[in-house]
Amino acid sequence: MNKYLFYPGCSMEGSARAYYESLKAIQPPLALELEEIEDWNCCGATEYLSINLIPAYSLIARNLALAAQQKNGTDTVMAPCSACYLNLEKADYYMAERPALGEKVNEALAAGGLHYDPGTLQIRHLVDVIINDIGLETVKSKVVRPLTGLRVAPYLGCMVPRPDFAKRWSDHEHPSELDDLMKALGAEVIDFPMKTSCCGGHMTQIGPETAYELIRRLVAAAEEHQADIMVTMCPMCQMNLDAYQGETNRHFGTNYHMPIVFFTQLMAVAFGIDPKQAGFGLELVSAKEALARIGLNVPEEAKPAAPRRKPEGLPMPKPLPKKYASGQAVAEE
Amino acid sequence: MAAAETVLTQGAGLKKPEDLTLLREVAEATAGVSHLEMCIQCGTCGGSCPSAADMDHTPRALFAMLRAGMREEVLRSNTPWICVSCYHCVVRCPQEVHIADVMYTLKSMAIKAKKYTDSKPPDFSQTFVGMVETFGRSFELGLATRFYLTHQPLRLPGMAGMGLGMLTKKRMNLAPTRIKNIEQLKAILEKAKTLELTA
Repeated sequence: MNKYLFYPGCSMEGSARAYYESLKAIQPPLALELEEIEDWNCCGATEYLSINLIPAYSLIARNLALAAQQKNGTDTVMAPCSACYLNLEKADYYMAERPALGEKVNEALAAGGLHYDPGTLQIRHLVDVIINDIGLETVKSKVVRPLTGLRVAPYLGCMVPRPDFAKRWSDHEHPSELDDLMKALGAEVIDFPMKTSCCGGHMTQIGPETAYELIRRLVAAAEEHQADIMVTMCPMCQMNLDAYQGETNRHFGTNYHMPIVFFTQLMAVAFGIDPKQAGFGLELVSAKEALARIGLNVPEEAKPAAPRRKPEGLPMPKPLPKKYASGQAVAEE
Repeated sequence: MAAAETVLTQGAGLKKPEDLTLLREVAEATAGVSHLEMCIQCGTCGGSCPSAADMDHTPRALFAMLRAGMREEVLRSNTPWICVSCYHCVVRCPQEVHIADVMYTLKSMAIKAKKYTDSKPPDFSQTFVGMVETFGRSFELGLATRFYLTHQPLRLPGMAGMGLGMLTKKRMNLAPTRIKNIEQLKAILEKAKTLELTA
């Protein structure tokens, strides 16, 4: 039995629900025991760090302090979300590297009766734990429905292989871990050159045009390599490529349809778990066709209600004819 | 000023010793050991950056400006706000400058000095943080509605389909989750706000 303290992070209960559900589904076959950190709080994502340094690190460190108190036969905290993983790792690392930071953060923690000594805990990502503790042989032995013929683009995103303070990953830019894991499931893994390129992060919210271009590059590369599906290990990447693929298509006048799911979802179906239980159907860019390639039927989740009379909703000036939309060549008159 | 530094700066042909106050201030306010003063202006950062095309200055240029003491121009630059925190530059930098963390520092300095030129990014961060300070967890629906209504209402119609999909698939919660010991978190953050990182 592999046991870890578990920091789920906010996304797992919302936008990355498919990640959480599929993780729960693969726990029994992998004998993966997770003990949730009691009363954990948000890690602040990339937002709090931009505003105020000591509060940002204190917010992260409260989780570390709670986890250290809860140590229950393990000193390893496992985080499945990239941003959470990096923030926890970063706080632990920088509090040691810069003792002044450690002191200030502990001064703040003391106001809540807490304390954290950097180095007390190991911070690790789910993929790392599966590959290095559970092992690919165990994973292989659980596969009852190999993903033969499914072309998968492994997409790790930024914040797990970089900056990698503890040097746990095989490479900063072209790590092989996720490829190996997908190969263990029997999938045909494409050598995806953009496997650690950026999805745009929060730019989908604050600077969409910057983000659309980054999303386009990724989706276009996956399609050029004839991937059936992309797999990721990061809630932000999944959200950006899935939920904003439509807007990206509108922006560039393209018509990409590249489903992106969490690696745990493919693990679950390879282990013979029902696709619905593995969180399939929650993606906005449907993975139905991809799953049909391995002979699986995905349940249709409740379809969003048809939009009201007009797509634009509020009374507004008429949109330009389609041919003048941005990103499209103007047709010859 | 240390003797060695005087020799260095004069050796570089400068009329007067460099004023490194700004550079030091930024380095000191950055978590960890930033190595900012080690930058050799090689430009690997800008060349590695996926969003450099949208930046006023590449990170390299920005660091040269820091060294030159151009406070106003640095704090008005959109560069830190366009940084996507992908850490490509960080792992490629031959001098191990913690570039992404320096960008966070510059953002917080621009907010404190109210020098940013586009209010969207700082408002997004502040709205996010407001939710976290109130509930202890992020609250996507609250964040999205407040932020879009304030800053980009015209984007809402185009996003209605997506938002509806997220809601019907229960990928966005209608109500926030509050942690149990929110009072403890508030006490910690309150204290933290009175503290600053110095050497």
